[in-house]
Amino acid sequence: MNGLWILRGLGVTLKHFIETYIEDFRQGKKRYFTAQGIEQRRSSKTRGIFTVQYPEEKLPVPEEFRYLPFLVYEEVNGQRKLRCTACGICAKVCPPQCIWIVRSTDPETGRPVPAPSEFYIDVDVCMNCGFCAEYCPFDAIKMDHDYEIASFDRQREHVFDLQKISKPVTYYAKIRPGNYAEEQRARMMKEAAKTIA
Amino acid sequence: MTTSWIETQLTEYLLERFGEAVQPDSRPGYLGFLVARNKLLEVCRSLRDEFGFDYLSSVTGVDYHPEPFMEVVYHFYKSTGGSALVMKTQAPRDNPTVPSLCSLYPGADFQEREAWDLLGIRFEGHPDLRRILMWEGFAGHPLRKDWREPFFEEDAKPFKSRWPEGHFIRVEDNNPYKNNVSYPPDFDPGKWVPDKDELLYGGLQSFEEDSEIKTERIVVNLGPQHPSTHGVFRMVVLLEGERVVDLKPVMGYLHRNHEKIGERNTYLQNMPFTDRLDYICSMSNNFGYALAVEKLMGIQPPERAEYIRVMMAELTRFLNHMFSIGFLLNDLGAFFTPSLYAIEERELILDIFEEVAGSRMMCNYFRFGGVARDVPEQVLDKIKTLVHDRLPRKLDEFERYLTHNEILRSRCEGVGVLTPEQAIALSVAGPVLRASGVPYDVRRADPYSIYERLEFDVAYGIHGDIYDRYLVRIEEMRQSLRILRQVLKDIPNGPVMAGKPQFQVRVPPGEAYGRVEGPKGELGFYVVSNGKPNPWRYHVRAPSFINLTSLKTMAHGAKVADLVAILGSIDIVLGEVDR
Ligand code: SF4
Ligand code: SF4
Repeated sequence: MNGLWILRGLGVTLKHFIETYIEDFRQGKKRYFTAQGIEQRRSSKTRGIFTVQYPEEKLPVPEEFRYLPFLVYEEVNGQRKLRCTACGICAKVCPPQCIWIVRSTDPETGRPVPAPSEFYIDVDVCMNCGFCAEYCPFDAIKMDHDYEIASFDRQREHVFDLQKISKPVTYYAKIRPGNYAEEQRARMMKEAAKTIA
Repeated sequence: MTTSWIETQLTEYLLERFGEAVQPDSRPGYLGFLVARNKLLEVCRSLRDEFGFDYLSSVTGVDYHPEPFMEVVYHFYKSTGGSALVMKTQAPRDNPTVPSLCSLYPGADFQEREAWDLLGIRFEGHPDLRRILMWEGFAGHPLRKDWREPFFEEDAKPFKSRWPEGHFIRVEDNNPYKNNVSYPPDFDPGKWVPDKDELLYGGLQSFEEDSEIKTERIVVNLGPQHPSTHGVFRMVVLLEGERVVDLKPVMGYLHRNHEKIGERNTYLQNMPFTDRLDYICSMSNNFGYALAVEKLMGIQPPERAEYIRVMMAELTRFLNHMFSIGFLLNDLGAFFTPSLYAIEERELILDIFEEVAGSRMMCNYFRFGGVARDVPEQVLDKIKTLVHDRLPRKLDEFERYLTHNEILRSRCEGVGVLTPEQAIALSVAGPVLRASGVPYDVRRADPYSIYERLEFDVAYGIHGDIYDRYLVRIEEMRQSLRILRQVLKDIPNGPVMAGKPQFQVRVPPGEAYGRVEGPKGELGFYVVSNGKPNPWRYHVRAPSFINLTSLKTMAHGAKVADLVAILGSIDIVLGEVDR
């Protein structure tokens, strides 16, 4: 019959439409604005409406998610100590060349010191590729999860300096627990090997 | 690689018949033959008619500055499968003129125009040799090695100003706008009046036809940025009543000279840039580029990495076809409900990409000799549930929703027809080629990675119309699921990277052409290395760009209302067309 398949197609649309209400009814209040509700909506079991109402609801990001890089520092006797040694590998590997590093020098001898005195990332140029974090030999630069960086003045606010990109190692451990644990384990092994040798 | 019997035969034959005019390319790492310019057409005709190399996959140029010559590189294939035949011809750099292959292979049309535009190589006998990505009046040919872009800093990355004395300067301040723009000698921007695209409009009316009713022909511009043209794209059509008599696509609005950027970058730095070509299928782009560079380096990724690569490539194919079918329906007027249903499945796949690669669309996941990181067990489980349960179920529902729909069928059947002969001649690739009844799929025709061991069928159509393209895409999704089931069953444990990850890879001199069957068609990367950290030449054979060559043929005689649907059935992404 002509038009039969149009009706069947409309049936599919109707099913999608009704399923939203069935799910609303079945799951009750917890379908929206709760972590559990969001998780359910993005699982492969999801039916009916699928969208997430940003910014009231936010999708949780996976650990590997990358947005902008940040520098990791450790707290030693109340002093911030950056892990970065200003080796320059991240600046070399960066595809759009948006990392700018000034290496410190000893004011007396004039010799280079393994620490950055200035470190800029032009975040409008950064393409979020994650290479800097991937190839840094000192685990000193990592990819952040914070993606809400809109501001009113790109000239002033979107060139991140040392102040703005340094974050404590505890923050790193919080957003990327798996990676952190993995690195700590590798570090311990190395230390252990050293003490044995 | 072993040379087969037929290839040895071919070599002997060519050398014997053309004597001096055909020489094997003896530079280390180079393949194929160097052909004298004046014999090019003759040699190619014999290749096509006597040896069956009927499919011209890629045409591009290389500037060997400061050597005094330019080279045009052709990659020929047989539409029945097999590996490439590479032909090259050289021309002096100060006036590079090469005979056009358009008369033998109409698919060379846009590619030759691109080589003219970006490298300034003149193709004699080309029917319409205009710029294609840049505008008429642009100064110079940007891919020439001595051409410098407005914000030029150095010839090759990494730039010295970044480290160890990396005091931040904005590029705009360093090299302010207006001081850095050059114009052709007789061009004054103050006096310039936008021309009426005379060349463009003048080139129309190539079809002369009698029809019973004499109507006045009118030129209509569809776009730039017609709502359903999938981006900033323009079609100039010549209409007779409602019928399309001639058509010229105009593109380049999103041009950023990907290849020049690629030649400034180091090999690794290009990987995230390939994501931005066809931004819907970044995993496939990564795949093609990784293959090309791995060929040059002579390395092989470990087993597990191969499986992961294929898994990602097939998931990408699935999501791309979902997307393209959804948007085809948009073009047909079923506004957004079907495409949103399609995007739902895509979102679930993107969730997986995000968990594995760190980003939903700009995956940057492949490395030379493997992939960036392993796929964790819980993600594999997720993929399994998708592949075994959700995706087939949803695909069935999608088919119930659309495939037999009477409106869809009456809009698509018999519209935008491309015959198999036309499709091959026009170098069309991917689902469009297969829907025309040419079962050519790089995964089978010239297998790479582990596709040789996998069981799947090449989907193909019969009629070469929009509806068959739709059906081919649906079937390819089913085949992708079939591949995924095998891959998930057999995926071995082990490392995902050959050797230690390096940020500076050593690539021996030579050339390589890596190609994959991307969701939109054959995606090829032509890379020339001179042993330095940056590629000397980096060319992308973009399937949706070359598929557009066939738009004119498909649209000829169609109603203007069907144009958008025909364009939608090619499935283009402007990031890749314009590069
Ligand atoms: S962040 Fe890492 S790679 Fe970059 S300079 Fe510091 S130590 Fe070197
Ligand atoms: S994420 Fe990529 S683009 Fe951004 S700073 Fe790091 S290397 Fe550069």
